[in-house]
This record gives sequence, C-alpha cells and structure tokens, in this order.
Amino acid sequence: MRWGVVVFPGSNDDRDALRVAERVLGDEAVPLWHKDRDLHGVDCVLLPGGFSYGDYLRCGAMARFAPVMESVAAHARAGGLVFGTCNGFQILCEAGLLPGALVRNRNLRFVCDVVTVRVETTDTPFTYGCRPGELLQLPVKHGEGCFVADEATLAALEANGQIVFRYVDRAGRATAEANPNGSLGNIAGVCNAGRNVVGLMPHPEHAVERLLGGDDGLKLFRSAPAWLGRDLATSRREPTVVPGP
Amino acid sequence: MALAITAEVAAEQGLTPDEWQRILDLLGRTPTLEELAVFGVMWSEHCSYKSSRAWLKQLPTKGPAVLQGPGENAGAVDIGDGLAAVFKIESHNHPSFVEPFQGAATGVGGILRDVFTMNARPVAILDSIRFGSVDHPRTPFLLKGVVAGIGHYGNCIGVPTVGGELVFDKGYDDNILVNAFTIGIAPADRIFRAKAGGPGNPVIYVGSRTGRDGIHGASLLASAALDQSAPEKRPAVQVGDPFAEKLLLEACLELMRTDHVVAIQDMGAAGLTSSSLEMAGRGGLGIVLDLDRVPMREEGMTPYEILLSESQERMLLVAKRGSEEAVRAVFAKWDLEAVVIGTITDDGRFRVRWHGAEVASLPVPSLTDEAPVYRRPAEEPVARLEDAQRLDPGSVPQPSDLGQTLLQLLESPNCCARDWVWRQYDQFVGGNTVVRPGADAAVIRIDGTRRALALTTDCNQRYAWLDPYLGAMLAVVEAARNCVAVGARPLALSDCLNYGNPERPDVMWEFQQGIAGIRDACTALGTPVVSGNVSFYNETEGRNIPPTPTIAMVGLIDDVEATLTPWWKAEGDVVVLLGRTREELGGSEYLAAIHGQVRGTPPWIDLEAEKKLHALVLAAAEERMLRSAHDVGTGGVAVALAECCFGGGRLGVRVALDEGMRADALLFGESQSRMLVSVRRRSLTQLRELARRDDVPCTVLGEVRGHAIVIGELVDVAVETAHERWRRGLERRLGV
Amino acid sequence: MAVVARVIVTPRRGILDPQGKAVQQSLHALGFGEVADARVGKYVELVLKDVVRDAAAARVRAMCEQLLANGVIEDFRIEFDEKQG
Repeated sequence: MRWGVVVFPGSNDDRDALRVAERVLGDEAVPLWHKDRDLHGVDCVLLPGGFSYGDYLRCGAMARFAPVMESVAAHARAGGLVFGTCNGFQILCEAGLLPGALVRNRNLRFVCDVVTVRVETTDTPFTYGCRPGELLQLPVKHGEGCFVADEATLAALEANGQIVFRYVDRAGRATAEANPNGSLGNIAGVCNAGRNVVGLMPHPEHAVERLLGGDDGLKLFRSAPAWLGRDLATSRREPTVVPGP
Repeated sequence: MALAITAEVAAEQGLTPDEWQRILDLLGRTPTLEELAVFGVMWSEHCSYKSSRAWLKQLPTKGPAVLQGPGENAGAVDIGDGLAAVFKIESHNHPSFVEPFQGAATGVGGILRDVFTMNARPVAILDSIRFGSVDHPRTPFLLKGVVAGIGHYGNCIGVPTVGGELVFDKGYDDNILVNAFTIGIAPADRIFRAKAGGPGNPVIYVGSRTGRDGIHGASLLASAALDQSAPEKRPAVQVGDPFAEKLLLEACLELMRTDHVVAIQDMGAAGLTSSSLEMAGRGGLGIVLDLDRVPMREEGMTPYEILLSESQERMLLVAKRGSEEAVRAVFAKWDLEAVVIGTITDDGRFRVRWHGAEVASLPVPSLTDEAPVYRRPAEEPVARLEDAQRLDPGSVPQPSDLGQTLLQLLESPNCCARDWVWRQYDQFVGGNTVVRPGADAAVIRIDGTRRALALTTDCNQRYAWLDPYLGAMLAVVEAARNCVAVGARPLALSDCLNYGNPERPDVMWEFQQGIAGIRDACTALGTPVVSGNVSFYNETEGRNIPPTPTIAMVGLIDDVEATLTPWWKAEGDVVVLLGRTREELGGSEYLAAIHGQVRGTPPWIDLEAEKKLHALVLAAAEERMLRSAHDVGTGGVAVALAECCFGGGRLGVRVALDEGMRADALLFGESQSRMLVSVRRRSLTQLRELARRDDVPCTVLGEVRGHAIVIGELVDVAVETAHERWRRGLERRLGV
Repeated sequence: MAVVARVIVTPRRGILDPQGKAVQQSLHALGFGEVADARVGKYVELVLKDVVRDAAAARVRAMCEQLLANGVIEDFRIEFDEKQG
C-alpha cells in the first residue's frame, strides 16, 4: 500500500506519519509537497497534524488553497482514501471535504493528554479493523479542537452514521469530563457521506508503539489496506452504528 | 543635523565613563553614533560577559565525548551511532517579566535557533521557570503568560516540551526567571560552526525582515536592573513568529545538507551586529556590511536601528563564493528571503556602509576577544550567612499528625502536581517521547537507534542562598541523580547562572562560589560543561534574587528498553532505599512550607558516596533488576514514597523507617545520595549483593501493597486522598 | 487612489464563543456588571491599490467568502474608507 503525507509549510507531524507508514507498517510512503499537484499514485492521502501556515487567520484556512489540495479533492471525489488528523481534520473541514468546523477549545487552553475514544462505526477505511464500540487510547494535542456544526448537519451526521469517533471515559461513557475540548456530542472524528474521507482530532500516529505509551493507533492505519482489499460483494451496505450517548 | 557624540550619549548606550575613555583611546578619534552603538551592545554584560568571563574559565569543559565546548552557539557531545547531541540553556528573564507571553516565547525561539544553526534538528525543549510567592498578586498573570508563551512557540514549531521545573519563591517576587533549554541531534561529523572563513565570501541574510523590535534589548534591558519604570520598557520586547522559525529551521537544515555553507549563526541579542562580529571574530577575519541591502519591514529605518534591531527569526551565513543562487533557491522553496548583504574580508575590521558612505569602521577583536574583562570585588556576606545558617531544632516543633503534614507538603506549591503546565505543551510531536513530564527526567529516544537521551533541569535556590558553593554543587549532583533515576549515564551539562547585580561584592562572591561548586561537582562526576549562559543584574530596587545556578543535564541510555520510571509496578514488589538518611532539616521544603523558615545549612554531600550510588543504580538497571527508581529530593523520603504511588494503578505502599532521629527529619529531611527503588522479590538478594559490592547502604523498607501510604506508625493516608490533594495544589493556590 | 476596506468577522449567533464569555466574566470581575454579552471576533484591514470603490465592494465580499470568514461558524461585514492616495 502506498501512502502520501502532505507537507504544508508548518506541518509538524508529517515526519511522524511517514515513519509510521514506513517503519511500523512496512509500506511505501512519500511526502507530498504542498506546491506540487502530483499525488504520485498513492492509495491514501494523509493530512498530518501541525500548524500549517502558523494556524494564522483560522486553522487550515490557508492550507486548503494549496495546489496539492486540488488534487486531494479530486482524489476524494473519485472515492480515494483521505485521512486527516488534527490540523489535517481542520483542513478537510475548511476545504469542505468534511462537514462542520473546528473552533477554539472550550476552556481556551491548548490541551495535551491521552484520551479515550469510542469507535462509533467500523464502516470506514480507517476503522474497518476495529470492533464496534471499541475503546482506544489516543493522544490529543490541540488548541482548536472543538467540533461544531449546525443542528441540521449534526442530525444528518448521526442519522447517516458519519460520526466515527466519540470522546468517552474509561468505562465508555460520553461524559462532559471525558470531552477535552467541548466538541458538540463529544465528537472526535467524522467521515464524509461517501465514507472515504475521515478526519479526527486525536493522533493515532503517536500511538503506534507500546514503548511510547500504547499502540491503539495501529489499528486505524492497518484498517486501510484491509479495507482496500475487502471483498466488495460481501461487505455490508449499512454502516454499523453504535447508539449515541 | 548630526548628533554630537559625547560621554552623555555614550552613557545612554550603556557605557561607563571608563569604557567611553577606552573607546576614545582605542580609536584615536570620536566614534560615530553607529560605532558607539556597536560598542554599547558588544560591551554590554549580556554580550561580552565582562563580569563573568574571568571566572567561567575555571569550569571543566573537556572530556572524551565532547565535540564542542563553550564558545559556539551551543555545545555538542558524541552520543554514539555517528551522532551528536547539541544543546544549550539560556535565560530570558527581564523580557519575560515585562511581557511574559512574548518574553518566554522569544526565549524559546532564540535557544532553538542556537541549536539548529549547528545543523542539529531540535528534539526536545525544557524550561526552568521561577516565579515569586504564590500569593504575590502578579504571580498568576506571569505564570499563565509564560506557560502560554512557551507552549505557543514550542507547539507551533513542532518540538516537544517535555520537562523543566516550576518553582515559587518570594525571592523572585520582582524578578522572575525563565531559562529555556533545547537539545538537537546532528551527524557528529557535520556540525556547523559560526566561524567565518574565506575572504571574499558572501555574507547572506536569511529569514524575516528587520523592524524596530527590541532595540537595546541587550545593553539596556538585559544589563540593567529592573525598576519602577519597567512598563516603559515595553517597546523593547520582541514578538516572535514560530511559523516563520519553522520554515527557517527546515530551510537551514536542508541547506546544511549541501556544501554551500562556510559558517552560520543566528541573529539573537544585538542582532546583526553581534552575529556578524562573532563570526568574523572567531575566524580572525573582517567583514563589511551594506545596510542598504538588508530586508526591512518598516520605512525610514536608520543604520543605528538596523544594526541594533532584534527582530526574530533571522540568520546570518557565510557561503562559498558562487553559491549565492543555490542558497537563494533553497530559501525560496520555503518562501523565505535570502539576500547578500556583505562580504568577508581579511583586514580584521568591522565596516558598515550606508547610502554610499562608511558609517562604521572598527577593529573586530576590540569588540569580541578584547572586550573589557572585569574582576569585580567580591566579599562574603558573613553576618547574613551566619544568621541564615543558624538553625535551632528546638524552634521547629514536631507536628502531631505527620500524615496531615505529608498531605500539606504534597499540595504545597513547590511539591504539587504540575499537570496544569505540562498539558499546555505538545509532548508527543517527533514520535520519540519515551518518558513524558512528571518523572525524574524526560526521556527521548534517539531516532533510528536503540539509545535514548535523559534530560532534566535542576537548581534548589534555597540551598544556594544558604550556601552558594554547596547549592551550586548540589544542583549538579541532583541533576545527575535525576538522569540516573531513569537509567541514564550523565554525560555533560549546560548551565544557566542567574545572579543579582555583580557590582555588589556579596553577589560577586555568590557567583564565584557558584562557579567553584559547579567545577568541583563536575570534576568529581565526570560531567563537563559544554555550553551555558550567565544572567546578571537580576535585581529590582536593590533586592537581588537568590543565587540560582540552573543545571541542565543530559544523560545517555544505551538501551531504551531499560528506561526506568518512578512509579510502583505491581503489588508485592519490595521497596528498597539506597543510601543513608542523616538527621538534617536545613534548607528543606518541609521547613519552609510547614514552618515558614529558610535557614540551616544545605544537606551534607559526599561526592564519593553519590558516585557509588549512581554506579549501583546504573548497573542494576542494566541487569533489568529494578522495577522502578525515584530520586529522593524535595520533601524527603515520605514525599518520594507518595509520588511513587501516583502512577496509573495508584498502588499503595507499606513501609517502616528505622527510627533513631526526629520523626520529621526521618520523613522529610532532604539527605542527598538516596534513591528509592522497587524490585521483584526474587531479585532482592541480587540487589543486596550488588549494593554490598558497590558499598552503598541498602535498606529494605517494605513492599508495594494496598491502597494507602503507610509509613510505620507515623503515616497512614489513602493514596486517593493524597493524590487528590497533590493533583489540585496549583488550582487551589493560584486559581488556575 | 487607495481604498481601505475594514472587515469585521464575528462568531455566528448560536456558535459558542468561549472567548466572548471569558471576556464578559473578566469585565464583570472588574466591576462592569452592565455587560450583558461580549463576542470576540477578528478585524482585518485591507489597503487596496488602484481600485474603484464599487468594484472593490464585490471583490472584498469574495475575499471574505473564500478566505477571511468561514461561513460555517462566522459572519462578516465590510466598511469602506477612502484614503488620500
């Protein structure tokens, strides 16, 4: 499987994402320079965390206009896999490839911690290898991670099973205490209607080694090749939806 | 109309009458305003180290692993696998007191540049930050600003902030300290230096445009004591742009993979002036600058302003003739400017041109190596010390409920949890953080190897105030021991020497004692000083800070899988205390926090015993004998035992301590050379054997058991209760 | 002639504005109890060269819609100044 990691001016976790793809998964991985429209035949585009364009004006507001994003959008429209973490999620929302927006954390402070998220649907390329309702320990580190959307959008996301991850406590309950940034509905990650674009605020690329605290993030990366190789005839049509809180 | 250059104008540039006369004698004429400004910054305390240079020579700076000692942008040590660790700690005290957010942010920015200018990709940041009393009205504002500023810069540029210290002491009420440390990794055979070479080579300016930021940051702000007019100094504080620095970092590292660069230095204090002079000086050469070519972001800037500007995120480099286009192309890729603004010469002079005329021509050595060196008078403040060192044990009543005392200590501002701080920093970026903040030292794996670096900053200013020599020695010792506690061999250190006004003989004496203490500790432990910083004039309205020689120690772990952490791992593990407890309360946190007294002498230190402890712990770690290890420091063994219970499982401990002294000294005394470890029962005999062989006292205290902290008949508190009090300490006292 | 456009970007009504809330609380703590609400937004000043005001209005509107404001969470309004050029 061939991964492409987009590098914007100010991307930070691009090197970590490349390391995961190459060293941990043993796959091919190439950096995709923001000025370059060529996606070099990758199967999956990763939009990494960081502070693209310094997060100036709004997180992701300027990155979405980079030349590479035209190709990423075309890739997404054609059903190609796109995975955005943190700043990547913000960019996907600004680009309209994912619904909603990410705004400043409710308590106005940057938060770096390990949180628990619940997998709400396994019918996406990045949760295909998980169990419905599985709990994962993943690091978060952001100042603008509060997911918001208007009522109609939120209702549609719930109905279509487009909520992919939710912040929960260790017992799996979506409480206020378990929510690190005030996101509506404790939403930690969503997918598009076509289910090929997924974004989340937590950082699975920082949870791939037991030595460094845990490897729950591996499941998400390993899901993608499995998803690509699945037997389309026998896969379910209806997404698996875990009832909300 | 030209300004007449007089002694008064010289005084405004921070020069003394003697220094003014020296300039006249040196030049044989009156200097131009630009030349005077250059003397003013280069001869300032901050740039010239005139009050400290004579003494810094005493520090041991060499060793088999040292690749670069003091004198460059940062120090470097060999860490195996063909790699070097490049690191330094630096202060940004005065700017942070004036504007805490930007002061701290630009402090981080500056130290990052010092490291990546040598071709080392920064891999970790640590910050040692000290504020006044928790009850001082300005403390919450300053604390929030500094922490936010460090987070803002470090997080945006993508370097994890993984440790440091947070200390509250009324001695810093009017003069906070912000010491920032960065470490990076470079190929050992490709460390770039700031030594100009090749007369005729182009001098190239790269990075952000020059504005009026921080004019006189070096001579007036850093070299003079703060006073009531501090708010008026506001315009001098620089504003940082971490995004610009991220681009600069990537562009510079990319450029240094080519062969176009001869020398490179960042523009920090005194901006263009100091970077060009220092590069020329180290090479024994000259330099001519054409200020008209400097990229400016303001209109109407004068040569004076351009020379002194401290606009951030700029570097100066000397390239090979013919490489100008190649250099420009690398920076253009990252949307940065790279402009040729001068040339290296062989006439040993610093020459500046503006609008077709020469506005400065000065001999380089007079501004660098031959800058003034002062041996200021020093005098021991005998009366003050005699009084402070007197401690009458009878005046320290023993608390009736020592369990309550332990809880009070755990929640006190200098002992309680610092999670509020760490959570504002990205600890994960880089994907190599093995031990996050909260342990004895941070541990960062060296990418692509099996090794790891241990990092810590330490200084107990109370000890240094009571005895400046011992306090400095103990700072080095504690830093080394903290590295050992995570299984790392201490390699080398960088020191940030924060002192008051050196024109006061008692402060000068404190400084000299501090140097001697560091020298002796480093010699005994085999840890050379490879870089550092001196911050003088930490004085406000005649009140000086306590001597604060902050030590940043770097250790090496040969197998990252052998890394140790402080927390208990499983019920039934045996708890062992290595080292000996003496009956001593002097300078302890217990004495200060519970009894409101700062007196006595610091704990006894036997450097040989300390070395033996280190050797034992490292040997045991290598054999994978230890389940956990924790340095016994502030708050003594009782606080250390409690901290070991605060890991994920909240495991309790049941121990008994040998009596034979006052109970409070037993529990809270800060005797040195002690380590609290836990082992599987089946490894106990082996540990005892090793300890006997290495001549280290080894006492079984008890075992990991239950959910309470039980220490004989003296203490019995639930772990949950202790943890809650500890966790909320900052919140309660500061409202954060 | 140079035209100065002032763009004011505010959080949409209904979107939680924690900065606004924090500002309101701080003002109350300082004794300004009469502050019933505070919203914190952004101010962007654009100096436009060689333009005619009417054409400029449509262009600045486009700038807001494409970059300066995120329609999902923000509203904007534009004011024009004329500067002697």
